[in-house]
Amino acid sequence: MNVLVAMSGGVDSSVAVALLLDAGHEVTGVTLRLWGGETDSGCCSVADVEDARRVAGQLGVPHYVFNLSDEFEEAVVEPYAAAYARGSTPNPCVECNRSIKFGELLTRADALGFDALATGHHARVLRGDDGTLRLRRGVDAAKDQSYVLYMLGQRELSRTMLPIGEITKFEVRAHAARLGLRTATKPESMDVCFVRREDRRDFVDARTQPRPGPLVDTTGRVLAEHAGVAGFTVGQRRGLGIALGAPRYVVGVDAPSATVTVGTQADLACDRLVVRDLCWTAAPPPSDRSLEVQTRAHGATGVGWIDGDVVRLREPMARVAAGQVVALYDGDLLVGGGLAA
Amino acid sequence: MRPEAVAAMLPFLSESFANPSGGHRAARAAKTALEEAREVVAGALGAAPGEVVFTAGGTEADNLGIEGAGRAARAAGLGDGIVTCAFEHKAVLAACDRLEREGFRVQRVPATRGGLVDLDALAEALDAGTVVVSVMLVNNEVGTIQPLDRLADLVDDRAPNAVLHTDAVQAVPWLDVATAAARARLVSVSAHKFGGPKGTGALVVRGGVALQPLLEGGGQERDLRAGTVNVGGAVAMAAALRLTTERRSVEVSQVARLRVRLLDGLADAIDGLFENGDPAHKVAGSCHVGIPGIEAEMLLVALDQAGLCAAAGSSCSSGATEPSHVLAAMGLPRADAISSIRLSLGFASTDADVDAALEMVPAAIGNLRRAGAATR
Repeated sequence: MNVLVAMSGGVDSSVAVALLLDAGHEVTGVTLRLWGGETDSGCCSVADVEDARRVAGQLGVPHYVFNLSDEFEEAVVEPYAAAYARGSTPNPCVECNRSIKFGELLTRADALGFDALATGHHARVLRGDDGTLRLRRGVDAAKDQSYVLYMLGQRELSRTMLPIGEITKFEVRAHAARLGLRTATKPESMDVCFVRREDRRDFVDARTQPRPGPLVDTTGRVLAEHAGVAGFTVGQRRGLGIALGAPRYVVGVDAPSATVTVGTQADLACDRLVVRDLCWTAAPPPSDRSLEVQTRAHGATGVGWIDGDVVRLREPMARVAAGQVVALYDGDLLVGGGLAA
Repeated sequence: MRPEAVAAMLPFLSESFANPSGGHRAARAAKTALEEAREVVAGALGAAPGEVVFTAGGTEADNLGIEGAGRAARAAGLGDGIVTCAFEHKAVLAACDRLEREGFRVQRVPATRGGLVDLDALAEALDAGTVVVSVMLVNNEVGTIQPLDRLADLVDDRAPNAVLHTDAVQAVPWLDVATAAARARLVSVSAHKFGGPKGTGALVVRGGVALQPLLEGGGQERDLRAGTVNVGGAVAMAAALRLTTERRSVEVSQVARLRVRLLDGLADAIDGLFENGDPAHKVAGSCHVGIPGIEAEMLLVALDQAGLCAAAGSSCSSGATEPSHVLAAMGLPRADAISSIRLSLGFASTDADVDAALEMVPAAIGNLRRAGAATR
């Protein structure tokens, strides 16, 4: 097949190119230029474009750069700032996958006549006996990224290849080292590519109008003033600007009244998650089917059942900040997901 | 590179490795070769040999001309005004930006829709404190030839303290720069644009314009450009320039004919195709066209896959195409600018190349248009 590989400049997508070549495919690399600001970091910076180009050259595949910074600004950055201002906690990597990589880039791959788009995500595409495509967790459970691909439907999966999901991260690095790829020992990107974690607040404030408001306890008693809801995320413990002796967590963020509510860990517990924009990989699961509920990229998961746009939980879980992904699994197969309301 | 330029260069990469500044026999041979090259370059550009400063390319020549003349003039108390056009090459714009950070007054006048510097705006920008005016001879993206003589009249008239610099990097294959840039006192050229090696260029410094050097050290190039001179590069540049000058009239008419074929063929085959830059003021090799509804970035990939090299805007170091600042300076709407590509023709282009382009470009556009209709 004629495959376009989205090369971020990291080791996973570098090895994806090599694996696809080994499998006999015709491969072309593309790197997206998404953000050119001074806060450029993480994946897809200019240095990463150069890494991707060098790896493509080493492996002998053509390499192009698409400048999708306008699309990225519109579909990812602007909604990111707006979400924080609304009191939500967005996941920009998910929006980038939805709108940019498996949106605009997939459209471009189609238009240029490529049979498939490949990325370096740790997840697997599986075709069932009936021809239905599923997304399966990657072989390396600790690196599994199916969670950030929960939005892929049949249309996208039918043109997606994820060769890295078949091997472990250790094997990825070993393969890269064997091939002498310059990205073999490159550290993983941890931050959002357009803003560092510690600069997030200033970044959002510069794009929105921060409004001060009260920090209250669960009884409504005002404990302090805060400078704007964008500084707070449900579940957050650090940086609350108050000292109460016992640990306190953000348990609610209400943007219209600019109110941030803090409480104890027990106050965070919930037995249901309301999910918006639910989408399913294939047919929706039956409501009596018990599903694994994943609300963070890594860490403990819960068990629940789908009931309309509500996930009912068997055991209480920590509340999920609005805007965060709720992904649902049946065994190691993703069935779908949405964003916490 | 022209084969003659490669042949001229090779001995200086092997047996003739001596430093031309040395005192022994081999050094004298290198020095002789360097000075002969200087004479050829000077002759072709209408300057005296002592007015040619070899540089490591057009960017350095632009930087040296603008920054060197600007700083020297300000130090002499002549003023601090710099005037340029918004569609200049980045090597010029960046030099002006740097002077601006040093406190110079920099004005960047717009271009007309046809791709010529806006002379009315330029006249407005000039004053007695203007010390450098920099306008290119031929625009590197749309190929338009700038009215340098009329511009020089304006400078003489309104800014008597100003030195006129022209970036003639794109002009050499197409125009007799000795005549076309006769009134510019600083002229930048770059060897790889006319069949010479990359990393070699020259700045013509006419009539003893005062320059502050960018590179200081051993005092080479009459204290204007320190560093051991790239003898092989200079010799190869001279060889390429000599051939370019000798063959220019034949090559230009040959390329002009190919361009007419290419443009007419594309216009016939592609709905809505438009040309950027006034055709009445263009050099022969420029074919800069826009295709409504097609993103240049996509078309370039499709053409590259088909085996045709084209460009859009200018490429930054990461290889991503940036929206063209030249087209923006000409007032082209963004949608038209991102739909524009450049198919450059040169002395090595053939009828077969034009045939191939006339087959590939419409086919690629057809595919993209069909795919666009299918995915939307």
